[in-house]
Amino acid sequence: MSVAEGNADIMRLNGAEKHFGAANTDIVRLDGAEKHFGAVRALGGVDFHVGPGECVGLVGHNGAGKSTLMHMVAGTSVPDSGTIGVHGGIEDNYSVSRAQKLGIRCVFQELSLCPNLSVAENTRINHASLQGFGWRRKAAELIAGKLDEIFPGHGISPWDIVGDLSIGRRQMVEVARAFTVTQDRLDLVILDEPTSSLDSHTAGQLLAFMRRFVAGGKSCILISHVLGEVLRNADRIVVMRDGKVVVTDAATAFDRDRLVTAMGGAEAHRKIAAEAATAKSETNPLRVRARPSGQKDGAELVARAGEVIGLAGLAGHGQTDLLLAIFAAASRPRAGVEVTAPVALVAGDRQSDGIFPQWSISENIGIRSLARLRNGLLISPRREAELAQFWQKKIGIRTPDMNNNIFSLSGGNQQKALFARALGSDAQIVLMDDPMRGVDIGTKLEVYDLVREEARNGRTFLWYTTETEELDNCDHIYVFKNGRIVANLGRDELTEEKIIQSSFGDAA
Amino acid sequence: MTAASIDTTARNSAERGALARARLLRGLLPALSLALVLIAIAWLNPRAISYFGFSLMLNLAIPIALATIAQMFVIAGNELDLSIGTFVGFVGCVTATWLRDAPLVGVLILLGSIGVYALLGALIQLRNLPSIVVTLGMSFVWQGLAILVLPKPGGKAPDWLLSIMALKPPFVPFPIIAALLIGLIVHFGLMRTSYGVILRGSGGNPAALGRAGWSLVKTKIVLFSLAGLFGVLSGMALIGITTSADANIGNGYTLLAIAGVILGGGEFVGGRVSPIGAVIGALTLALAASPLLTFMHIPPDWQVAANGAILIIVLAARVLISRRER
Repeated sequence: MSVAEGNADIMRLNGAEKHFGAANTDIVRLDGAEKHFGAVRALGGVDFHVGPGECVGLVGHNGAGKSTLMHMVAGTSVPDSGTIGVHGGIEDNYSVSRAQKLGIRCVFQELSLCPNLSVAENTRINHASLQGFGWRRKAAELIAGKLDEIFPGHGISPWDIVGDLSIGRRQMVEVARAFTVTQDRLDLVILDEPTSSLDSHTAGQLLAFMRRFVAGGKSCILISHVLGEVLRNADRIVVMRDGKVVVTDAATAFDRDRLVTAMGGAEAHRKIAAEAATAKSETNPLRVRARPSGQKDGAELVARAGEVIGLAGLAGHGQTDLLLAIFAAASRPRAGVEVTAPVALVAGDRQSDGIFPQWSISENIGIRSLARLRNGLLISPRREAELAQFWQKKIGIRTPDMNNNIFSLSGGNQQKALFARALGSDAQIVLMDDPMRGVDIGTKLEVYDLVREEARNGRTFLWYTTETEELDNCDHIYVFKNGRIVANLGRDELTEEKIIQSSFGDAA
Repeated sequence: MTAASIDTTARNSAERGALARARLLRGLLPALSLALVLIAIAWLNPRAISYFGFSLMLNLAIPIALATIAQMFVIAGNELDLSIGTFVGFVGCVTATWLRDAPLVGVLILLGSIGVYALLGALIQLRNLPSIVVTLGMSFVWQGLAILVLPKPGGKAPDWLLSIMALKPPFVPFPIIAALLIGLIVHFGLMRTSYGVILRGSGGNPAALGRAGWSLVKTKIVLFSLAGLFGVLSGMALIGITTSADANIGNGYTLLAIAGVILGGGEFVGGRVSPIGAVIGALTLALAASPLLTFMHIPPDWQVAANGAILIIVLAARVLISRRER
C-alpha cells in the first residue's frame, strides 16, 4: 500500500516540477544532488528547488537527509555529484560566502553563535561590512531592530553575552540575525527546527513573521518535526525519506495522516496505546516514592516495578528537579525520596548533559555499565563492543561503525544511543527528562515500543514530557505546577483538557 | 497564559541580574587580588608604597606583562604556547648581540621569528595538530637557537633600548604607565575593533565562524603573529632592563605567562580572555614574585610555592563565583 502510494507521488513529483515555474525564476535549484559520508549514503540524487515568494516545508525522519540537503543549499557542504543553480545561473564554486552574496542564509539546528561574544558582536560576525568607526552601535541597532520586529517584548539587550542567555533566547537571536540585512541581498532563509527551543508564544511570533516575510516576495524553507506547524505555514511540502525526496505537493493537499504515511513511520500509533492499557497490579514491588521539596500537602509520586509514570505540566515547573532529586537519592539517601533500585537518567539536553563529544558511539553507550565491562582493572574493548552491537541492532542506530565519533550520528540517532546507555545498564529505574524533544516521529515510535517492552520486563520509567501525546504511553500521570504535584491521574482519566486544566488551574 | 509568561520573564530577568553580578565580580577578581597583594606589601613595609618602591618592585613587570599578552592571544584561539619562555630568551639573545652590532640583521631576524610564529599558526590549523605538542617542540628549537646566538651569558642591550627602559616619568613610575598602555591598546584592538570580534569568535565557536565565511587559517595566523610580536617586545623589554642576556633568561616566562592569563580572568577554551585582566594578572605575579615574599622573610626556596598558593587561592575564588552563577 505504502509502496504504491510512494510511486504515485514520485510520478506527481515530475508533474509538479514542470508546473512550478521555469528554472530561471527559482532562487535555488538542485538537480541530482548526491552525498556520501563514508559508507553511508546521506543523499541519493535529490532534485529540489525553491521559487520566489514561497515557503517550502521540509519534513522527514531524523537521518532522512534534510540537514545534509540544507547544508548544500547554504553552501556549507558540497554535493559529490549533481548541480546547484542560484537565481538561474549554475554555481560551480558554491560556498558559504557565495551563498551569502546571493542572499541565502541558514539558521542551523545546532546553534551557531559564539557564547563568549555579545549579541551585537555575534551580529558582526555575519556581516563583513559592519566595520570601521561606530560599528558596535550599528550592529547593536541592527540586531535590536530585527529582534523588536520579529519578537516584540523579547527582553534581550544587544550587549548581553550570549552564553548568559537561555537557550530559547539564543535561538531568538540566531533567527533574528539571519534576517538582518546590510550589504548583501536576502532572498531565502532556511529555518532548521527554528521553534524547537521556543515556547509557543515566541514560536507563534516567529511563524507570523515568516509569513509576512514570504508575503513580501521572499522565500523560506521550514524544517520542523511539529507537523502541524509545517501544514499551517508552508505553501508547498517536500517529504524526504532515506536520502531521497519521496513526495512534493502543495501544502493544502496534505493532512497529518498523509504526511506521516509519506514519511514512513507511524505504523499504528494506536497499537501502543492499546498495549499500554494492559492490566497493572498494585502489588508489584515499590520502586520510587518521592515528594517534591516544595510540596505542602501529602501528595507524593509513587512508582512500582513495571510501571511507566508520566510527569506532565508546563515546562520548568519542577519535573526535572524531582527527577534529579530521585537520581541523587539513588546514591545518597535524601529526605522525602525513597529509591529501591539502581537508577539511570536519559538527559533532555543531549548536547550539554548527555553526550561525551570526544568519544565513540560504543564508549558513549558503555559509560553507564563500566562495572560490567571490566576485565580485571581495565575495560574490555570486546565486551564494550558487544554491548554496543547488541543495542545497535535492538534500537536501530544507523551507522556503519559503532567506533565512529558520536557526532557522526544524526540527532535522533544520538538520542537512541543515550537510550541504549540507560537501557543497557543494570538500572531498574529509568528517568527520562523530556528526551524526545526535536526527535522525529519514527524514532519516537521505536522508542515508545522499547519503553513498553522494557516495562513489561519489570523496569520502571519516570517520564517527563512536554508532549501530551507521549503521555498515552504512561500508566499514571502526575501534573506539576510551581514545583508541586497538583494532579494525579490514572490512565483512564487522562485527557489533554484535564492536564491543561491542572497546569493552569489555581492549585493552592 | 499571560500570567505564566510574565512569571517566566520576571524569573529570567532576575536570573540574568544574578548572572551579570557574578560576571562583574569575576571581572573584578584580578583587580581585587592585585589590591590584596598591594595591601599586604603596604602592611609589611609601608615605605615600599612610593615612586621608588614601585619602580623597583615592578622592575620586571613590563616583560612579564608583554609575554602574558602574547600567551593571551594564543589562548584566545583555544591553543596554548609552551614555547613563549624560550622564545623570549631567544629574542633576548638576538637583542643583546645582532640588534646592537648589526641592527638591520637583528631586525630581520626578529621579523623572521614573528613569521615563524605565523607559520606555526597556519600549520596547527591546517594539519589540525595539537598546539601543545608543536610549541613544546618549538621551545627546544628556540632554546637551541638562543644558545647558538649566545653560547655563554653576556652581550649588551642597544643604548636606545636601555634609555627607553630607564625612563623616569614624573609622579607615576614607568612600569605602571607601560602596563596601562599595553592593557588599553590591546583591549582596544581585541575587544573593541570589528576584527577583534572575529579573533575572539574563532575561540568561542570556530565552526560558526567558518560557516559565516571567515577563514580560520587567517585568524589563527593573526593570533600567532600577534603572540610572536608581543614575545619579541617582551624579550627586548627584558634585555632593556637586565642590560645583558643569557640563553635561559626567559625560561620561567612560559608558565608565568599562562598563570597571568588565567589569573586575569581568561579561560583555556572558549575564547574568553581579558587583556586588561591579563596585564593585572602579570602585575600581581610580578609583585608577588619577589618583594612581597622577601618582606615576609620567606626563604627563596619557598617563594615559588607561595606564588603557586596565590594562584590556587584566586582560581578557587573564581570557581566559587562561577558555581554560584549556575
